[in-house]
Amino acid sequence: MFNTGMQSDTNVEVHKYYGGTIIGAAILALVMQAFLHKFGHWSEMIELPLLVTIYFGVSRRNPVSGLFLGAAIGILQDALSHDNPIGLYGIAKTLVGYLASSVGAKIDTEHPISRFGLVFVLFHFHQAVLAITQRALLSRPAPIFNLHLFLSSIVSAGFAVLLFALLDRLRKPH
Amino acid sequence: MEISSRHRPLALLVFVVAAQVLLIAFQVRHTDRGRRDVPLVRYWAASLITPIERAGTWTLSKIGGVWTGYVAVRSTRDENVRLRTENDQLKLRNRELETQATEAERLVALTNFRQAHPESPMIGAQVIGSSAPMMGAQIIGASADPSSHTMFINRGERDHIRRNMAVITPDGIVGKIVEVFPSTSQVLLISDKESGVGALFADSRTHGVVKGNGDPEPRMDYIVNDEKVQIGEEIITSGEDRIFPKGLLVGTVMDAKAATPFQLIRVKPAARLDRLEDVLVLLTMQELNLKKAEEAPAGVPATGTSSSQPAASSQGAKPAVPQP
Repeated sequence: MFNTGMQSDTNVEVHKYYGGTIIGAAILALVMQAFLHKFGHWSEMIELPLLVTIYFGVSRRNPVSGLFLGAAIGILQDALSHDNPIGLYGIAKTLVGYLASSVGAKIDTEHPISRFGLVFVLFHFHQAVLAITQRALLSRPAPIFNLHLFLSSIVSAGFAVLLFALLDRLRKPH
Repeated sequence: MEISSRHRPLALLVFVVAAQVLLIAFQVRHTDRGRRDVPLVRYWAASLITPIERAGTWTLSKIGGVWTGYVAVRSTRDENVRLRTENDQLKLRNRELETQATEAERLVALTNFRQAHPESPMIGAQVIGSSAPMMGAQIIGASADPSSHTMFINRGERDHIRRNMAVITPDGIVGKIVEVFPSTSQVLLISDKESGVGALFADSRTHGVVKGNGDPEPRMDYIVNDEKVQIGEEIITSGEDRIFPKGLLVGTVMDAKAATPFQLIRVKPAARLDRLEDVLVLLTMQELNLKKAEEAPAGVPATGTSSSQPAASSQGAKPAVPQP
């Protein structure tokens, strides 16, 4: 179960979860994200919906389910936002979910370091897609990369290692 | 189109992302440099369709240009022929109308003249009016002899035309009837060398005789050298010839030269003798007298005909009774 190197598709394990776990975790992440905003701007450095999308994407290792999960979480996140058009986060998380599932099917992402690195990369990918979409469709200036985003990606990646370990407990036993 | 199972997730990804992009496009409005914002999806649709429409319009216009510029030349040529024909017809029609308008102007001038001279006895009341008999006539020909200044009119004996009747136009006198045929008459113009008209200067009231000499311009004769003659002075009929009523315009003085025994005065006829078309025939009171004069022995002066004596010589003649 503990693999750090590249694995073929057939050798990578696909995890299963109890019914409602994914949906519940996604809703909880959205609620918690909204709840954390009350505690200051530091909470903005961690984006729980993104972490949930990445986790279940790499765990399920199915690009189709990954992109739909990302789309659903992103659209819900847009729906809960104030002025974001529906689809802004949806596009970004759709691509992240697809990418995470595709990467999870190629390599084992159980190791904390690989999880940290994966979240770090996908965080910036998510931010890049978000910024490009905002610039192209909304004509809004949005940063693709800056120090704040870099620190956010570090914090999110570190928090993701802990969160993913917690979420691992929701897997069905083999 | 069937997508392989390997590429199916990727195709699904493209579909889902595109659907969300479209979803955003329906929500977001596009603002371009302060212009009125429009939904982004409409802006995209216009941006997508407009170049295609422009290309289509350009292609159609080029095809249409080829058609109208080359293929349809045949119809243009046919149309050109048709327009040329129509233009010719319109030219003819225009010429016809101009002729009618000119004729109408002449008739108006004749009518005005008759109304201005109600006292003048004229025949042909059925032609011009009822109060003053006046007969309109048209010039139908001229003399074959170039030296003879005569014209033929379309009125003759059947129209009660008689010899020595005056022939005039509203511009001035023309001549007199010298021959009468059943349906035509011959007019001796005042420019003929056989013609003579009793006349006087309108300003000085000096009497003389306007005599033809075969040239287009007759001469005013029997004016002594002491008499001052102004160029352009009007010459009118004196009525002494018993053919032309008094006061009709004969012409104007072109030039005057001292000569022996009288001045040599050229007269420009008021009537355009070289372009006559319609004339008026007046009844004169001299017809019987003239007939008598013609029957008289040679050497007796006859007013209104070529004579070596001034027309004033008949001034004392007893006025004749008008011919009924």
